[in-house]
Amino acid sequence: MEELLEILEELHPDIDFEECDTLIDENILDSFDIIALISEINLEFGISIPPDEIVPENFNSAQALYQLIERLSDED
Amino acid sequence: MQYNILEYLDDTVRRVPEKVAYSNEKSSVTFQQTHDRGRAIGTFLSNKGIYKEPVVVFMSRGPEAITAFYGAVYGGNYYVPLDEEMPRFRIELIMEKLDPRVIICDDSTKGIVDTFDYSGSVYLYNDIIKTPVNEDMILEIRKRAIDTDPIYVVFTSGSTGIPKGVVACHRSVIDYIETLSDVLEFSEKTVFGNQTPLYFDACLKELYPTLKFGATTYLIPKNLFMFPIKLVEYLNDKKINTICWVVSALTMISAFGVLDKVVPQYLETIAFGSEVFPIKQFNLWRNALPDTKFINLYGPTEATGMSCYYKIDRDFKEDEAIPIGAPFKNTEIILLDDKNRIPDKGDMGEICIRGTSLTLGYYKDFDRTNEVFVQNPLNSAYPELIYRTGDLGKYNERGELVFVSRRDQQIKHMGHRIELGEIEFNVNMVEGVKAACCIYNKDNSKIELFYVGDISTRDLSAALKKRLPRYMVPNYIKALDEMPLTANKKIDRLYIKQNLSRNKRGK
Repeated sequence: MEELLEILEELHPDIDFEECDTLIDENILDSFDIIALISEINLEFGISIPPDEIVPENFNSAQALYQLIERLSDED
Repeated sequence: MQYNILEYLDDTVRRVPEKVAYSNEKSSVTFQQTHDRGRAIGTFLSNKGIYKEPVVVFMSRGPEAITAFYGAVYGGNYYVPLDEEMPRFRIELIMEKLDPRVIICDDSTKGIVDTFDYSGSVYLYNDIIKTPVNEDMILEIRKRAIDTDPIYVVFTSGSTGIPKGVVACHRSVIDYIETLSDVLEFSEKTVFGNQTPLYFDACLKELYPTLKFGATTYLIPKNLFMFPIKLVEYLNDKKINTICWVVSALTMISAFGVLDKVVPQYLETIAFGSEVFPIKQFNLWRNALPDTKFINLYGPTEATGMSCYYKIDRDFKEDEAIPIGAPFKNTEIILLDDKNRIPDKGDMGEICIRGTSLTLGYYKDFDRTNEVFVQNPLNSAYPELIYRTGDLGKYNERGELVFVSRRDQQIKHMGHRIELGEIEFNVNMVEGVKAACCIYNKDNSKIELFYVGDISTRDLSAALKKRLPRYMVPNYIKALDEMPLTANKKIDRLYIKQNLSRNKRGK
């Protein structure tokens, strides 16, 4: 989780990612952020997020995104 | 001969009045409604004595905003599109430059407008479209119109920190729409999927051919560009057959393997531009859609829209660049070297544009206009303007024009044209910042900001979001103890690029 928060905070230092659960609903993340996140998650965690997991529910909070990462790591 | 951009609409409404012209997730307008509302707004403005003036259209991205644009033009005015996405500081700069007497807004923007320091009139779209159309008045306005009268002003990034308003006229837009439509083979059957915001020239590619042919444009919800499978499903659902998108919107789909899962079924034409298309990504598209036409477009806002095109007709290797090809009909590209001469075959030169497609220049800014809209140095016989793009290009062995780089600090990021100088200007305006340097990291497409000052990256990031459009806010912000300087005490951009850029930290 620490590594993920670091990646997120580097993109948006002004956002409290531990609290915020409306990253998509409130347009905090944009399409550039999604691309950057997917590629950095790939570098940091060594997992590639398949296209059908690139959906709003998985990106609305750091927690949701972390759960996705854990789920995908388990599948490997 | 056509003199006015609205002749497209006046003709088409007789042919297909009930067909949907523009549509988004909330509403749609037919050509009849577009025509009626446009003329109602035109009549309203004329009743108020607004003529040959900038009409700010500050509305959310939708069919209504588009009909308001035409309303401004029916009234003999020119529209200035603003958007709720724009940060307040930028809107204020633009308003200061324009000093408009009229703003047209909707329920979603009215509240924002009310907080402006602005003494002109504010009208609600839903009120003014109820104005009874005065046919005689609309005809009289048209009779007095000249094809070099302006249609719109759109604002683009300025290196000194102040956005520049590019003023385009009927003549240049008609020239552009006619030549573009020939190349891309639009027709009444065209179904556009618009990706770009309405406050730039990029949307001309959909808005006006829709009027000309009686085609249909869907304004794709911005959020879909984050979620590629949903985006492709949307294209299929609406049977969209033509898209003119920035490259990053296309690579968003191809890069994540979406085309293996779901393929846009109806796409016949894919035009792209504003950025270099990585060949690896391009090939994913081409393999998924072998029968689709792919066209690379190139052109600056100052020459109305696109000036050059290349229809992709051969395979490209991963280290090759897709050419920008050749100019549209009635446009000439002149390459000029440092001494204003035509460079030797295959050598680089600044891309300069000659033709009717040149816009009128920058709004209330003769100095900056005269710097780049200049007398053709190859012609000493009579006045003839060219536009100096600041882009460097050359011809390849096949005689096709290829974009090489920029002469200055202008970048393309997510399809947006950005002056790094404008970002730095805004960073330096934030209290606590002592020095700032912005670079573009091409490896990961990030705008990186390095600064010195008594302010946290957290506060700086928040402050910048209030001043800059979203796409200009740096993607990586790093505080430094001191700014690296050259021997001449200038900020050492090269050192920062080579030593401090994020990828170079071994991460």
